[in-house]
Amino acid sequence: MSWNRKHLLDIESLTADEIITVLDTAKAFKAVGERAIKKVPALRGKTVVNLFIEPSTRTRISFELAEQRLTADIVNFSADASSFKKGETLKDTALNLEALNADFIVIRHSASGAPHFLSRVVNASIINAGDGAHEHPTQALLDAFTIREHKEKIAGLNVTILGDILYSRVARSNIWALTKLGAQVTLCGPSTLVPKTFEQMGCRVTHNVDEAIRDADIIHLLRIQHERQRKTMFPGIGEYTSLFGLNKARLAKTKPDALIMHPGPVNRGVEIDSEIADCARSLILEQVTNGLAVRMAVLFLLNGGKGPQEIA
Amino acid sequence: MPEPTVILNSAAIQRALTRIAHEIAERNEAAAAVVLVGIPAGGVPLAQRLGTILAEIWKHAVPTGSLDVSMHRDDLDQRAAPKIHPTIMPFDVAGKTVVLVDDVLFSGRTARAALDALNDFGRPKHIQLAVLIDRGHRELPIRADFVGKNVPTAITEKVRVRLGLPNQNDEVVLEK
Repeated sequence: MSWNRKHLLDIESLTADEIITVLDTAKAFKAVGERAIKKVPALRGKTVVNLFIEPSTRTRISFELAEQRLTADIVNFSADASSFKKGETLKDTALNLEALNADFIVIRHSASGAPHFLSRVVNASIINAGDGAHEHPTQALLDAFTIREHKEKIAGLNVTILGDILYSRVARSNIWALTKLGAQVTLCGPSTLVPKTFEQMGCRVTHNVDEAIRDADIIHLLRIQHERQRKTMFPGIGEYTSLFGLNKARLAKTKPDALIMHPGPVNRGVEIDSEIADCARSLILEQVTNGLAVRMAVLFLLNGGKGPQEIA
Repeated sequence: MPEPTVILNSAAIQRALTRIAHEIAERNEAAAAVVLVGIPAGGVPLAQRLGTILAEIWKHAVPTGSLDVSMHRDDLDQRAAPKIHPTIMPFDVAGKTVVLVDDVLFSGRTARAALDALNDFGRPKHIQLAVLIDRGHRELPIRADFVGKNVPTAITEKVRVRLGLPNQNDEVVLEK
């Protein structure tokens, strides 16, 4: 148990011990969400700014609810309704938020490294809610939490991430988290979206989906991100579905206790058969529930001061 | 560094808990309405031991839970985030007499946080506080209903309660 960080910028710089600290803390916050009164006063009087320069629905709602359940005051700031349209820079926006005494800034931005930049120009704690194709740390933490809850461990598990890896911050953060915690990660998808260079992150890369999911304990599906692809990386959606989509025939050839995850939003009938998304082996909605607990845990840990952990 | 002074040895701890249990029994005629809630980490094993002794006195089982108070503390931004222990409340506290159990009563801030945390689970009829050691230095208007031992301390000293550790007798020590 250790946590002395002010910001959550990425998973890459976290230790396995720090990741486990978040997961253990999240367990307690999940229990809070199951009570009649789901709110605790841990962030009473603190101000959190949700700075979503790139559109987001589920992550923003999850953070908002996490903040409300911790009794923080919240300011929401989105790209379309903001001064960005009027030409203000990210730095000036952040300094303005600081002038309002924001204690936390949760930032989603299309540019990789935007949260790291903010952490150098303002005093508030920065939480990365997704920066370009770089990282989405709270997603990886909630995925690890969900896996651990079902499999009771992460070390030694085979986790296959299937889909658009190249443009996926979820994939990158998951690769860091899972390999740090001792899982064997296999990446699979069209060769244009899953280049061999990912082997340098300590994973196995294959373009054969049946082989990729055969021994998997967890099959983690990613959405094809049309909005991030500058040119067409594969012939068409239909071809993707037939070559890489998770259907009943493919699922029948996996381990019977293999579980299915997806960070959402799900494109039914593209990367996953509609029925499979709703089946008992799918953890998709649990991931949403756990996301709330993990985000509460992250805010709670970052709120800690510099002093010793021990109570006098 | 001077040797720590033993304040209570294993037998003295057991005697103190037996006395506290009898005081709880004396104070609460409605035995069926009493539940014990330990404050982690130190209060949880004490609540269980008190529950065992009370069950012998009352001839029925006494429900016991644990209530983590970290999320309700008032010093969260002044030190590293605390480790959160499990909260297990296997009963409805509404209308009950809740006896909060902790190992050491010091500033009173943990007890205050516990009152707030308990509030989230319902409205008990009564809340009472039992502690093994009261070491003084209160910062809030809080006092314990049941005390194992009052120990005058200097604010710089530390009181350590060691219960159920492997290969070690239970004891309470004062470290300078």
